[in-house]
Amino acid sequence: MDKHDFVIRFAGEGGQGLVTSADALARAAAHAGYFVQTHSTFPSQIMGGPASSQVRISTTPVLSSGDGVDVLVALNQYAYDHHNEDLNPGGVTVYNAEEYELPEGGNYFGIKADELAKSTGNARAANMVTIGAVANLIDFKLEEIDEFITQRFTRGRDGDAEIIEANIKAVRLGVDVAASSGFSVGQLEAATPPDYQQIVITGNAALAMGATAAGLNFYVGYPISPATTVLVWMENNLWGEDRFVHQVASEIEAINATLGAGFAGKKAMTATAGPGFSLMSEGLGLAWMAEIPMVVTNVQRGGPATGLPTKSEQSDLYTSMHPAHGDIRMPLLAPGTIEECFYAAALAQNWAERYQGPVILVTEFGLAERGENIRRPDLSKISAESRTTVSESDTGKRYDSWDGSTPLPGMPIPGGPGAYVANGSEHDEIGDTTHLPRHHVRLTERRFKKIDLLDGAHYEIENANAETIIMPWGSSKGPAREAYDRLRDQGADVGWLYSVSLNPLPEEVTEVLKTGKKIIVPELNYLGQWSSLLRMEGYNAESITQYTGLPFRPADLVDSISERIGAGVTA
Amino acid sequence: MSKRNPEYDFAWCPGCGDFGVRRALQVALEGYSAEHEEPQANNVVVAGIGCSGNMVHLVEGEQPFGIHGIHGRSLPIAFGVKQGNPKLNTVVVAGDGDFLSIGAEHIGPAANRNVNVTAVVMDNGVYGLTKGQSSPTSEFGAVTTSTPLGKIETPVSPLKLYMSIGVTYIASYYSSKPRVLAKMIQEAMNHKGFSIVHVQSPCTTYNDTYDILKGKPKEGIKGLAYEIPEDHDPSSVEDANDLLSRPGVPLGVIFKKEGKTLQDRYEELRERAPKRTNDELLDSYLLQM
Repeated sequence: MDKHDFVIRFAGEGGQGLVTSADALARAAAHAGYFVQTHSTFPSQIMGGPASSQVRISTTPVLSSGDGVDVLVALNQYAYDHHNEDLNPGGVTVYNAEEYELPEGGNYFGIKADELAKSTGNARAANMVTIGAVANLIDFKLEEIDEFITQRFTRGRDGDAEIIEANIKAVRLGVDVAASSGFSVGQLEAATPPDYQQIVITGNAALAMGATAAGLNFYVGYPISPATTVLVWMENNLWGEDRFVHQVASEIEAINATLGAGFAGKKAMTATAGPGFSLMSEGLGLAWMAEIPMVVTNVQRGGPATGLPTKSEQSDLYTSMHPAHGDIRMPLLAPGTIEECFYAAALAQNWAERYQGPVILVTEFGLAERGENIRRPDLSKISAESRTTVSESDTGKRYDSWDGSTPLPGMPIPGGPGAYVANGSEHDEIGDTTHLPRHHVRLTERRFKKIDLLDGAHYEIENANAETIIMPWGSSKGPAREAYDRLRDQGADVGWLYSVSLNPLPEEVTEVLKTGKKIIVPELNYLGQWSSLLRMEGYNAESITQYTGLPFRPADLVDSISERIGAGVTA
Repeated sequence: MSKRNPEYDFAWCPGCGDFGVRRALQVALEGYSAEHEEPQANNVVVAGIGCSGNMVHLVEGEQPFGIHGIHGRSLPIAFGVKQGNPKLNTVVVAGDGDFLSIGAEHIGPAANRNVNVTAVVMDNGVYGLTKGQSSPTSEFGAVTTSTPLGKIETPVSPLKLYMSIGVTYIASYYSSKPRVLAKMIQEAMNHKGFSIVHVQSPCTTYNDTYDILKGKPKEGIKGLAYEIPEDHDPSSVEDANDLLSRPGVPLGVIFKKEGKTLQDRYEELRERAPKRTNDELLDSYLLQM
């Protein structure tokens, strides 16, 4: 049976090469013209512990990690016990027969990958044995894997040829085992390779790249899962004249140094996750109050406290939008795909410059570390905005009143004219502390009014005349979109609304919300955070929540949305 | 109110040591700008919260840039300002509570980096702005509004702390002689690396230590403050540690060690760091095996 989409999961223990296997299969498939998306889950420890890594291979762009698993490679009994239930009907498990045995007669077969790898003369080729077995099960072209192996191991060293030969042989041995088992999960349809250039990139790398493309020139950070790879990326790449990158001693240092640099004229960013974001609270309040351009990225994980450091959750929306005490609502961009991570990170830089204040970029574990092949971003589409500064002839003051009817006055930069005090206490026009009511009134209004300057974020509106509209945010976009497509295919009366910017919402989006239609928000938290913020604005929103630490499965969303709209549609 | 701004909402108490420090800072900023032929706009004063923090609004004459930030975080903010634009003369003004209690975690990293920032710490041994609570430098047993039965923590020894944590310029003085203090602050600004000028700046309302510092010469009472002997060698770690083991408040430069600043080290790294354009970076992700 031809299928256009397969999910292959490698489950076992951290350090067993699970990610390597999924990545190898993903790259071979992407090279053959398929669309791929990987997804991994692992415990917060350096080595060992239950872990899994999967790849979804499709003839069309992959929106989510899928419903279930078509091929499960279970390297130990624990992995089998915990992942077998995710197997799709017709799915097959390949189990590690060197580690455990399963009773006869199930939809599985054993493989002795280590033993077979040794027989090729290269004990390290065990991953390739299992990849061979998987390839046979989905009828994946072996030439593509051979080419992958050849390129991967052609490193200009003596012995390359033997390694390549052994790995190719290992694949064939795996193929033989699968073939003699008699199982198949179908045939992967031929791919139509896209006619544009592709890159294979993770969400965090795309985000770092996007910020850099928009002129980021100051980055400080502190290691924290799942934001660490942004710091590592910056330490490797953000070099050159007038740039600065440094690992600092805490998130408190990170936020305050970012603020100092933003004040000094830099395009500055720091990235963190929940616990670090909590520590940044006071600094963000100062940035808002003193109007300092800067970007803070919050790569969400499960919370509260240490929570689930290596799992997906969308539970930091409240705190990201209202991170500090006092009257504050931060501009907030929440990209939902890897590609959006790139463009939203660039836009966040531009927004900070444009409105002279802090911007929050919110992503998630589910986006941060997953790999995907996407269209190579078009750098010519990125226009790096810079804040308006002041000249000697300007008579305005830093904290003049502003009602939006004129361009936002320029911001003085140290070394230039217009010296002022960037003050976290309420202040007068030049930044001197004052508690006179009129100053607090006029500047509170100025700080909120500036948000109107922020537009240009991606949004999507489809079938807005439907009675019920699905409005996911962040990475729940993918599974929600798959569910939406299936519901539409089955004739359900549903519409689609999506906005990368959650504050401010584009006018076109609020117009749909104002119609009073029922808005269903699939989101990965207990409180239904986005729908409650929408209700606060008077919109008719409700959530479908999930708080397992895992992304939504499209099939589950089809069921729960059907239930809400009474459409009687099933997955 | 301040001289230039009648609406400004703050005033130090009469006799506050911070007046002297302000005068000294102002002279030092002007002196530094003249010495290096730089505009006042190249000076950035970063303040925390407390009586000391208001320094940034009270500098008279031509205004430097300033940040009146949050309690305890003036060092990381100044670090960001300095590394954001290394040409800026960046000065932190902080109190003993601001710098040595809530902000103490930032002294070590600033010293390890040898960031080219000068901190002027005004030590009055009390939280003045919140009306008289115990501070990290309040004496053991001190009765304050928050220690009505006496303080039961031993006080911080700021100078020993700076020395042990690797600060590369350490001076100690008091607020009573602004001209001398100004020279010391200017020297600290010229020091390549992290410098601290620790100033005894008495609080006339809650902890008036003028007499304790200076003594009462007429009555034959010796003060805690003493001029550092001329044979003291500030480049010597041994001399500095010797001095700090003595009781009293030394007046002068205790330790001074020139070396590479963070910026120097950073520029060396930059020389050998990979240089790739955005296009080249993106191309490193192009789909290939």
